[in-house]
Amino acid sequence: MKGMDARTLAPWLTTVGLFVLWEVACRALQVPNFILPTPSESFVTMWEFRGAIWFNAYYTFWVTLLGFAIAVAFGLVLGVIVGSSALTYSALYPVLIGFNSIPKVAIVPVLVVWFGIGTVPAVITAFLISFFPIVVNVATGLATLEPELRDLLRSLGARKLDILVKVGLPRAMPYFFASLKVAITLAFVGSVISETIAGNKGIGYLMLSASSSFRVPLVFAGLLVIAAMGVGMYAIFALIEKRMTGWAFRGSETTG
Amino acid sequence: MSISSQDAAAPAAAPTGEPGLGAVESTTAARPLIELDKVSLRYGGSGGSEGTLAVEEASLDVAAGSFVALVGPSGCGKSSLLKIVSGLMPPSGGVAIVGGHEVAGPLKMVGMAFQNATLLPWRTTLENVLLPLEVSERHRRAYRREKGAHVERAMALLEKVGLAEFADHPPYALSGGMQQRANLCRALIHEPELLLLDEPFAALDAFTREELWGVLQDLWLDRRFTVILVTHDLRESVYLADQVHVFSKRPGRIVETREIGLPRPRTLEATFEPDFVDIVHHLRDRISMVRAQ
Repeated sequence: MKGMDARTLAPWLTTVGLFVLWEVACRALQVPNFILPTPSESFVTMWEFRGAIWFNAYYTFWVTLLGFAIAVAFGLVLGVIVGSSALTYSALYPVLIGFNSIPKVAIVPVLVVWFGIGTVPAVITAFLISFFPIVVNVATGLATLEPELRDLLRSLGARKLDILVKVGLPRAMPYFFASLKVAITLAFVGSVISETIAGNKGIGYLMLSASSSFRVPLVFAGLLVIAAMGVGMYAIFALIEKRMTGWAFRGSETTG
Repeated sequence: MSISSQDAAAPAAAPTGEPGLGAVESTTAARPLIELDKVSLRYGGSGGSEGTLAVEEASLDVAAGSFVALVGPSGCGKSSLLKIVSGLMPPSGGVAIVGGHEVAGPLKMVGMAFQNATLLPWRTTLENVLLPLEVSERHRRAYRREKGAHVERAMALLEKVGLAEFADHPPYALSGGMQQRANLCRALIHEPELLLLDEPFAALDAFTREELWGVLQDLWLDRRFTVILVTHDLRESVYLADQVHVFSKRPGRIVETREIGLPRPRTLEATFEPDFVDIVHHLRDRISMVRAQ
């Protein structure tokens, strides 16, 4: 196998290998399917319930994306505020850490009290859980501006806005795009949590109702769908990252 | 990979027939561009604590159009002195006067280059050189209108340091020496009266460094801006400067000033001649004395 081919194939092989291992273990140990269904059974169930799964996954996908979009906009703005001066950094960072330490599961019931059951708490949970890495990364990108460069710009009499637009933000972009990859997967976690606790639609709700009637293969079918959506979105953002900030990846490309 | 070989393509064309030294002598009667009168700089000395004294009562005059080098043991406050001159840091004591006015806040007429080239990786070399014009107070409003002329000027500078064909390359495609050339261009594009250099060649290999001495000397002979160069390379200071000031250990004071009367343009061959070597040895002795104190 040639170098590049091996690297493209590797993740697929690991995934397939994992499924095979799972399948073999379940069969060899004769695990009952209400404890741990085999992957093959999960896939069969997935096909069997494709209508319901498609409907709920589609719903979850858009809820997640909406929450994520709000997180990107909010995270970018807050990141700029936090990272633009040492004062705002020290003022806001502890608050952010504190907020991020709160388990989002604990917030969902509060959201239900405020907004009722359904889409709104799911969007908000997806947003709340995914904005933090964006803020931290954008702030880090801005705060780590080389002191020499800062001196240079100051001595030129550059305005804060110019420094931000021409140096700070472009410099923070690799950090920003890297955080999007993490944030989108977290957003799925958020929306599914909310759907599981207080939903009437979505893949989380589907899994909850399946498990309450002991249809564990359907639960696993749902889990696999969420994982697939997460990986898919991660891949899309990884691609965007490479497109937008190719200059930050110069090492890996020139050696190819 | 082996772009670095391009470094050898430095412009060797030194301006000929430049009277040079005469220009400097004639200005000595006038008021110096930079007058530092017993300036001190103390870091972190808030409240009751003393802080660290980086510079202690350093006095120094720099004539307009002259090339001055500051040498001394590392950590002796040479870079701090540059910060005072550029107005990036107010002195804790004493007075710094530049161009007849006491320094209060960052000066606009300086260009700066550091050991770390800090070129922006998402911009081409040319765009990096143009950055000061885009953001500087003097140029940013008319930037779009005058862009053609600016690009022409930037290209002329890049041509002069032998980087013209790399104008459209990103900086990471450039070797360390080439990045430092581009850095010099960026420091000079807005035609500053004063160029402050903080160990600009320290991270380069010996051959590239000596090549860049020549590049810098050519640029200076051509334009005659005032230069303060901070370096710990004594040969570099003697090769480039009209005047070398030796700093003591921290807290830095100026313990000796040496005029370098060697004719210009100076060549690398000249660095092996007895006059040159004598000066370097003398400076070295002086520095080992202050280090031992």
